[in-house]
Amino acid sequence: MEILKTLSHYVIVFAVGGALCVVAQILIDKTKLTPARILVSYVTAGVILGAVGIYGPFADFAGAGATVPLLGFGNTIAKGIREEVDSRGLLGALTGGLTAASAGIAAAMVFGYLSALIFNGKRKK
Amino acid sequence: MPQKGIITLPTPVRFVAAASVGGAEEEAGPLGAFLDVNDVGGDDKFGTSSWEAAEGEMQRRALTTALGKAKLTEHDIDGVFAGDLQNQCVGSNYGLLDFDIPYFGLYGACSTCAEALILSSVYCSGLMTGPVAAVASSHNCAAERQFRYPIEYGGQRAPTAQWTVTGAGAFILSNDAEASLPMITDVLPGRTVDRGINDLNNMGAAMAPAAIDTLKRYFDETGRSPDSFDMIVTGDLGAEGTHILREFMASLGVDISAVHEDCGLLIYDVDGGDKHAGGSGCGCSATVLAASILPRMGLPTVMPAPEGKRLHDVLFMATGALMSPASVWQGNNIPGICHLVHIVGGDA
Repeated sequence: MEILKTLSHYVIVFAVGGALCVVAQILIDKTKLTPARILVSYVTAGVILGAVGIYGPFADFAGAGATVPLLGFGNTIAKGIREEVDSRGLLGALTGGLTAASAGIAAAMVFGYLSALIFNGKRKK
Repeated sequence: MPQKGIITLPTPVRFVAAASVGGAEEEAGPLGAFLDVNDVGGDDKFGTSSWEAAEGEMQRRALTTALGKAKLTEHDIDGVFAGDLQNQCVGSNYGLLDFDIPYFGLYGACSTCAEALILSSVYCSGLMTGPVAAVASSHNCAAERQFRYPIEYGGQRAPTAQWTVTGAGAFILSNDAEASLPMITDVLPGRTVDRGINDLNNMGAAMAPAAIDTLKRYFDETGRSPDSFDMIVTGDLGAEGTHILREFMASLGVDISAVHEDCGLLIYDVDGGDKHAGGSGCGCSATVLAASILPRMGLPTVMPAPEGKRLHDVLFMATGALMSPASVWQGNNIPGICHLVHIVGGDA
């Protein structure tokens, strides 16, 4: 039974993460929004949903399906700011976001750099 | 009625040679067998270390091949008119660096091939110079970085976006050549036209009004009708722009659908491949003209000659979308332009 529970959790994570990507794909195909705007809207939406307290419970339910997409990045920023404001006062509004997101940002830079060292760009087909 | 826009060349200028260079996608397309040069590495780098350098190398090879076919050297050429899609025309600047030829760098977006042919033929005919050259190129990966995102970013393409051709074409023109060779008799320089399109992924719609403007002026001034031409070929309107052009011309009572072709739809197997709305870029019309159209007008070719009826009277109309990345970011409209070159086949 334990394994069934784990499996169903995986299905939920997969379906939720996939559904968030489907929405973005529809935005690319059906609107004139550029990928950069969609990306920024997702992060901003995550900040707002996190700030009003919706994204936290949603992330508890959907796990990585909610935290890995860019909405989750926005939620992390909102959460970080709230915690930092609680512990350090108003200055936390400026420092909390990047502190909470620092692992993600540093990882993107380090792995991006390593990939650029190892691989060469290839033409599209 | 006096002719206002059309420039009739004092002496017709003939194509002495043409050469085409294409990347892997172009080699795999319907015109692949007719391209003179392709990248043996298959990675579209043409032996260089960057996409930008590869575009310059394509121009170098195109002009070298064309000179070889014409049995001329760089010292015989009195001027080269060249352009590409990179910032400040560096594709042409670097690619043609090795040639000791007076150089004019052009930017006409995807209309560059026709712009170069107009300026070089008028220069050659008006000043009675020796042979001149026209070169145009585009590289898919360099253009993606220039206008959208670097290839390495892995951004998604919109379904209406056209596919920038990796290709280059070079042409040698002379006012003193055999009568069997195809010639430019008259040209109609385009005007910039803005009809309010600001979508980078729908350049066909931005360029079609310019093609309509140029074609309508040509018909009005000459009094000729579409069926008196063997082919009216636009540069890279793609599926969307082709539809707009044909529909609008038909609404003016001029049905061009029987003789109209679009280089963007000729160069790729648009229905079979993932090329969305068709090919675009300076290299698109340049390679199609060099590899497919001129050989059918009497220009000798080294590669197998394309099939299809012999063409005698052709309107070559390369279209361009005149934007920069910054102009698009700032929300400006994308003006279009369409330059027309009237090519008449050599004596059969």
